[in-house]
Amino acid sequence: MSLLSVKNVGKSFRSYRSELHRFVRWFGLSAKPSEEHWVLRNLNFDIQTGEAIGIIGSNGAGKSTLLKMITGTLQPTEGEVQVNGRIAAILELGMGFNPELTGRQNVFHAAGLMGFSAEQINQAMPDIEAFAEIGEYFDQPVRVYSSGMQMRIAFSVVTGFEQDILIVDEAMAVGDAHFQQKCFHRIQEFKRAGGTLLFVSHDPGMIKTLCTRALLLDSGRLIRDGLPKDVMDLYQGLVSKRYDMGKKELMLTSKNSVTNTEIKSTSIVMNGDAELMDFKLLNSKLEDVICLESEQELIVRYKIKFNKYFERPAFGLIVRDKIGRSIFETSTYSMGLEEKPVENGKIVVVDFVFNLNLKAGQYSFSIGVANNGYSRSEFEEYSLLMHDVKQIQVIEASESIFYGGIFNMKPTATIDLLER
Amino acid sequence: MLGMLRSLWQYRHFVVSSIRNEMISRFARSKLGSLWMMINPLAQVAIYALILSNVLAAKLPGIESQYAYAIYLMAGLLAWTLFNEIVSRCLTLFIEQGNLMKKMSFPRVTLPTVVVGSCALNNILLFVAMLGIFALLGHQFSSVMIWLIPLTLITVMLGLSVGLILGVMNVFVRDIGQGVPIVLQMLFWFTPIVYPANIIPESYRYLLNLNPVYHITSAYQQVLVYNQAPQIGGVVLITVIALALMLLSLFMFRRASGEMVDVL
Repeated sequence: MSLLSVKNVGKSFRSYRSELHRFVRWFGLSAKPSEEHWVLRNLNFDIQTGEAIGIIGSNGAGKSTLLKMITGTLQPTEGEVQVNGRIAAILELGMGFNPELTGRQNVFHAAGLMGFSAEQINQAMPDIEAFAEIGEYFDQPVRVYSSGMQMRIAFSVVTGFEQDILIVDEAMAVGDAHFQQKCFHRIQEFKRAGGTLLFVSHDPGMIKTLCTRALLLDSGRLIRDGLPKDVMDLYQGLVSKRYDMGKKELMLTSKNSVTNTEIKSTSIVMNGDAELMDFKLLNSKLEDVICLESEQELIVRYKIKFNKYFERPAFGLIVRDKIGRSIFETSTYSMGLEEKPVENGKIVVVDFVFNLNLKAGQYSFSIGVANNGYSRSEFEEYSLLMHDVKQIQVIEASESIFYGGIFNMKPTATIDLLER
Repeated sequence: MLGMLRSLWQYRHFVVSSIRNEMISRFARSKLGSLWMMINPLAQVAIYALILSNVLAAKLPGIESQYAYAIYLMAGLLAWTLFNEIVSRCLTLFIEQGNLMKKMSFPRVTLPTVVVGSCALNNILLFVAMLGIFALLGHQFSSVMIWLIPLTLITVMLGLSVGLILGVMNVFVRDIGQGVPIVLQMLFWFTPIVYPANIIPESYRYLLNLNPVYHITSAYQQVLVYNQAPQIGGVVLITVIALALMLLSLFMFRRASGEMVDVL
């Protein structure tokens, strides 16, 4: 049995011509709502113990509504949500805090709201107090708190008890850096202990590092359920699609549907104005490579065929790590290259040459084509974005020092004994 | 029904701490603290007593104490404040707690329970204060006062059911929240609380029987002023009404629970 199962769930907000119709309906008489507004429909997914799920979607996609139905504050209009465990939800930190009460009293109250008994709360109290780290403020009225302190208390309460499912809704952006780190750490600890996580965020990095699976919601539908990296790529494609002011319908796919079968990629967003014809990774001797020693020169060469006139085309390159985090990205526009118009039907060869100073591991390359850049890295039209076109295996440089992190910063260091 | 009771029991700690917190935060940083809870209604009694006692005292039949009117007032007000407070608070309860209901998952039935608990507590404190004043005025106590326990229960039930029905509807139609206080004000003056029932012309007096609150206040007055058991007929009638309304209100509350969050 899965921990949480969402079966054909839909939510509509109904309005009635007159509220009288609503009242009448409670008593079993039929009255048709004058308007039904569906914000979510046909959602189906199961969550197993230990999974960490990221929920992604633009504003108004229905994320919060979904979370509210899972926590039980909203009733689904159709379908059902089955939960076989205890849920703790951080939907809004500091909800229901009373300013006249002390932090301790508020913790007591808030934990009671979560359904815990006095003994359970007393047991968890020292831990909550310790985690909040607000010292003697804990026994002062909440009205003298800074908002950061309130957040600390709120987060401590919600995570201070044993839970099966933890729901975090964009709450991590609060508090200072130290506390954010702590929250992050606590969430990871919770995950490691076998807890199940439901996480809403717009931060791709967070989703990719924290989650094992991601759900993408768009206009109330679940349009993708898969690995965080793939789903996040699709989402970013969707966002750039919204951004695109061009009139053409965008093709959105994660399968390789490009005519050129030699080119593979995990996700493609394109409007057909530009096509990738060829993609090569070359070493300094212009030989194809799939593996390269770190700190060696790498040439990324790709060919783009244009299917319309581009006034100021720009070409982009993204280097990403195994879980899809961007390590480096730039474009010919951002690099300040001279922009020349390209006629319809022409093919362009783009070369990026750089020193591949990266820690050993697997990296992949994504490319993009856009038109008419403005500001520092924005474009009027996004024509093509292909993720993970090719991978490269970076191996440790023979001459290099040993280091951790992402790349070799080539530091110098001295050690001197201080004379006393 | 059973489910409601079970979740109430599970959240008993929350209910108790809510009531306590309400008291704490209401009187935080005030010197007299909970004394204000008694001062308010008693000041009201003092005002009415001062202004109206000379006009109305003569009309109180069968009692010779010079403070009879003040005692009569207190008896009626004890019942009225309980009913009035529960109705008014339930009326705006769901709107006030809307944010909480949207964000947290907890049994909704705890909300009206907290209201009942804190209103009942207020009422008990008020009653204690009144007893003190009765003693000062030389009014006699008797075992008849035991009647106040069932009477309080009935008042709570009536107030809660009326309040719940109006409170639930108020979520959807906000005019109710504006209109009800006016109706309550009218009801107060149509109920013999500051005046005795016998100043109403004989030919219209039967209309009083249509006012459910009248049955309650008159029972309170019977017990506290005359030290007599209330008329059983009136008490039974009002109990039946209260029970019926209670069932109706719980039914509506259950049906509306899901939908309320949608529109809050």
